[in-house]
Amino acid sequence: MALTAGFFYLFATLAVFSAVMVIVAKNPVHAVLFLILTFFNAAGLFILLGAEFLAMLLIIVYVGAVSVLFLFVVMMLDVDFAELRAGFIKNAPLGLMVGGILVIELIMVLGFQVLKPGIAAQASVPIVPGASNTAALGRVLYTKYVYFFQGAGLILLVAMIGAIVLTLRHKEGVKRQSIAAQNARTPATAMSVVKVPSGGSMIPDAKPARVPEPVE
Amino acid sequence: MTDAYALFLLRDYLPIVIFIGVALAIGLALMVAPFLIAVRNPDPEKVSAYECGFNAFDDARMKFDVRFYLVSILFIIFDLEVAFLFPWAVAFKDIGVFGFWSMIVFLAVLTVGFVYEWKKGALEWD
Repeated sequence: MALTAGFFYLFATLAVFSAVMVIVAKNPVHAVLFLILTFFNAAGLFILLGAEFLAMLLIIVYVGAVSVLFLFVVMMLDVDFAELRAGFIKNAPLGLMVGGILVIELIMVLGFQVLKPGIAAQASVPIVPGASNTAALGRVLYTKYVYFFQGAGLILLVAMIGAIVLTLRHKEGVKRQSIAAQNARTPATAMSVVKVPSGGSMIPDAKPARVPEPVE
Repeated sequence: MTDAYALFLLRDYLPIVIFIGVALAIGLALMVAPFLIAVRNPDPEKVSAYECGFNAFDDARMKFDVRFYLVSILFIIFDLEVAFLFPWAVAFKDIGVFGFWSMIVFLAVLTVGFVYEWKKGALEWD
């Protein structure tokens, strides 16, 4: 269908463009914003494939949370970006190696598609007719794949505890609000009448030179 | 993908396409209009950074506290937890009692983490 193809080319072109801009952008914050645009276009491509739940997940988790994390990391690092750019030549072989592996994998996928047409279609599970993508996932995820599901829960628990153990540092001597202690105060415990000697003074909370005797 | 499925998809997502189109049009209009109609008469004092009357002390790009990172990671974890709830709720009638308790165990595991987080004071700022 022409309209679907049109949207595919729109999303694919924008995704490739913004992915290139992620690398090219000088300002790392702009790079993260282009990364968000890439996520949005990937979500559009997922919707065209019929994987609606993955598309929504991409927007909720990646656009909503992971990109914020990336922004924090970029802002937290405070690296000298001129110095990083000077190390480009040094890091180029490693980058070329990773990129080369990805290119070889893409060529293999496309090559098999040419040699044996339809092999990719066999690998993918057909869309269940009459069921939305989310419902089809829900029918198997919690029953048939229950161990993987519980494993995901345990991994999230480990991530949570790990993040707290690694980054949580409490400052010493910080005064925190204790609502229970506040509510438990009564006039008897909170107030006392003191007799100020004539010519003397009372400074609250500071230690006065002469401590006045509380009146019984 | 069949044409019928594509049509079905298009009908569902047409409002979103229209919404994005309107948002793009408004956003572009607001960004382009100042270039066309606003008075542009720059002056070094007008275009310099303004910080309550005195000159800016240093670069605005400063290190962020690592605690923002912790809040963000905890947010992602609970975001994922909620994402697992959506297919469960949609397929709730099909998966039976086992599916129900499977999700309750998942939630209980994450509640252990939540209690740990609360007791450790990870939700407090200082």
